[in-house]
Amino acid sequence: MSQLSGRQTWLTILKRDLRIAARRRSDALNPLLFLLMVVTLFPLGIGPGPDILARVAPGIIWVAALLASLLGLERLFRDDFQDGTLEQMCLLPQPLAFTVTAKMMVHWLLSGLPLVILSPLLALLLSLPVQGWWALALTLLLGTPALSALGAIGAALTLQVQRGSSLVSLILIPLFIPLLIFATAAVENASMGLAVHGQLAILAAISVLTVTLAPLAVAAGIRMSVN
Amino acid sequence: MTQVTSTNSSLLHAEQLSSIRGGRVLFENLNFSVSAGQLWQVSGPNGAGKSSLLRILTGLLEPSAGAVYFNGEPLSQSWSEFCQQLLFIGHKAAVKSELSALENFHWQQQLSAVGTVDAWELLEKLGLLGLEDELTARLSAGQQRRVALTRLWATQASLWILDEPFTALDVQGIALLQQRFVEHLASGGTIIFTSHQSLTLSELAPEKLFLDAQGDAL
Amino acid sequence: MWRWLHPYAKPEATYNLLQKFLPWFVALTLVTLVTGVIWGLAFAPGDYQQGDSYRIIFLHVPAAVFSMGAYMGMAIMGAVALIWQIKTAEWSIPAIAPVGAALTIVALLTGAIWGKPMWGTWWVWDARLTSELILLFLYVGVMALYFAFDDARTGAKAAAILSLVGVINLPIIHFSVEWWNTLHQGATITKFERPSIATSMLIPLVICLVGFAFLTVSLVIMRLKNEILRHELHRPWAQQKLEQD
Repeated sequence: MSQLSGRQTWLTILKRDLRIAARRRSDALNPLLFLLMVVTLFPLGIGPGPDILARVAPGIIWVAALLASLLGLERLFRDDFQDGTLEQMCLLPQPLAFTVTAKMMVHWLLSGLPLVILSPLLALLLSLPVQGWWALALTLLLGTPALSALGAIGAALTLQVQRGSSLVSLILIPLFIPLLIFATAAVENASMGLAVHGQLAILAAISVLTVTLAPLAVAAGIRMSVN
Repeated sequence: MTQVTSTNSSLLHAEQLSSIRGGRVLFENLNFSVSAGQLWQVSGPNGAGKSSLLRILTGLLEPSAGAVYFNGEPLSQSWSEFCQQLLFIGHKAAVKSELSALENFHWQQQLSAVGTVDAWELLEKLGLLGLEDELTARLSAGQQRRVALTRLWATQASLWILDEPFTALDVQGIALLQQRFVEHLASGGTIIFTSHQSLTLSELAPEKLFLDAQGDAL
Repeated sequence: MWRWLHPYAKPEATYNLLQKFLPWFVALTLVTLVTGVIWGLAFAPGDYQQGDSYRIIFLHVPAAVFSMGAYMGMAIMGAVALIWQIKTAEWSIPAIAPVGAALTIVALLTGAIWGKPMWGTWWVWDARLTSELILLFLYVGVMALYFAFDDARTGAKAAAILSLVGVINLPIIHFSVEWWNTLHQGATITKFERPSIATSMLIPLVICLVGFAFLTVSLVIMRLKNEILRHELHRPWAQQKLEQD
């Protein structure tokens, strides 16, 4: 019996999900527009002075990014759960903890990566000094994989709960805190021209740890939900 | 019901299975053995636990007590091999409504690692030709069921576990599916399915397992 | 471990064991807490800088320590529940979480009360208080998740997974918050080899710590007993127990 290699299965799931996402573009687009609008609210709320804005920009952008990443999460596994695709994923010969990483990857490609690309625009809107821009992009690049991984845990655990989106936020926000702290510190340091290697290294370490361990929790959560 | 107690000769063996869902006992101490090449029909009134039983047999659902053995080994130990041998179509048919019939067929086929099946021939056989580019969300229930069933023609799995495969199918579809059952059994395959209806094809003489609402199995 | 634990996987056996132990724990709690608190509040010497206001540490420190300890305990029970599928371990999660959350709230309140004379304000974004606040959020998350499910077993499983995720994150959160703000007084009791706290204050503090440990365990036992009864209500033994009491 010919057996599909893990890599092929992974790519098949990735491609299928990307194609589905291409058919429902608003799902990926809406959180980004939300992020843009939230960021716009701050100059309106606290005044357009470049000094204040530059001072709070890293925090605002990262908090808005965290909130935006929560928006699409409920959909991450819900459709697959409702139409039985998740059951089939559980029954693939490859371990579930491996196959779910394909779905986490899709989530990152549709929510994390666009954030990185969008970050110069956000930095510009909030008058972040130019030397902080690359640090902002870098922190988003290093931190968003962990957001997708933690988000997947939240989504997997709340699959059986009707209208679970506020619950997802409740259980995830505390877990996001370390990312927020180190990412904003890095951007602040960079915009003042200080070294940021330490913070970026820690951020990368947190991301690696989260991305490695989260699939186990996600798989356990999915098995529990499918049960 | 044939009571085969030896676990070695049987493909799938259920031992002392019990299922309690939401404080209600669906069934208790259920024993049976399915040998390779057999056809099993699970029937019973609504809510008797047919779907739960099938999901327990696939390992998706934990039994409240008891265990399922595949080739004499507990499911958890023969999991990878079991998954390769198994084709499960549940109540929820795993048809993506955002994809067309053809796309659904393609990715299912890719995941089940079957090499050469002519998609067009199959779609024609199942009466889906001309609808292949339509998103499955816009197809009728029966047509969606047919899309899900395409998997049965493009699989190397020997053990089929099918939950209500005949629902929403028209007479022609039912005949087609029964014909496929005959072929699969002839090639040594095994089928466990749930249905309220009796099979109409005389070649098919299923072993019957009846779950009644009181939690007994006959 | 499995062989030894196995009989207690049966809810009835666990219930009887808990019932046997509970009076002892309650008695020990009363003795140690009363001794510790009276000693600490009335007889321990005042602090030369903070005067009498420091005395709140006899409540604050033990509450803070066991708010963390309860989370650890919950995560351990979560691991047991997931690995060995023991029902009583699953039920212990909803039994522990509210106790832990209550301890966290006590730690936060006493911290705020301590903060008023110390910093002149009820709340500062100090590293330890912030960590406690986040711990409270973690407890809230676990409880909210547990109660969101119609099926209590699934809820307990979800809460078990989340508490394990939380316990892995807890050191990271703690470290990041410490790093974010290092304004608080240095750790005072963990340095046992050269304690920066006077022995006359340390002894009542240790007694209070022991007292809070017994208190936590007693409260968890009481709640766990209720959880077991609630889930086993349809069993004859549980109904017998209810009639006896």
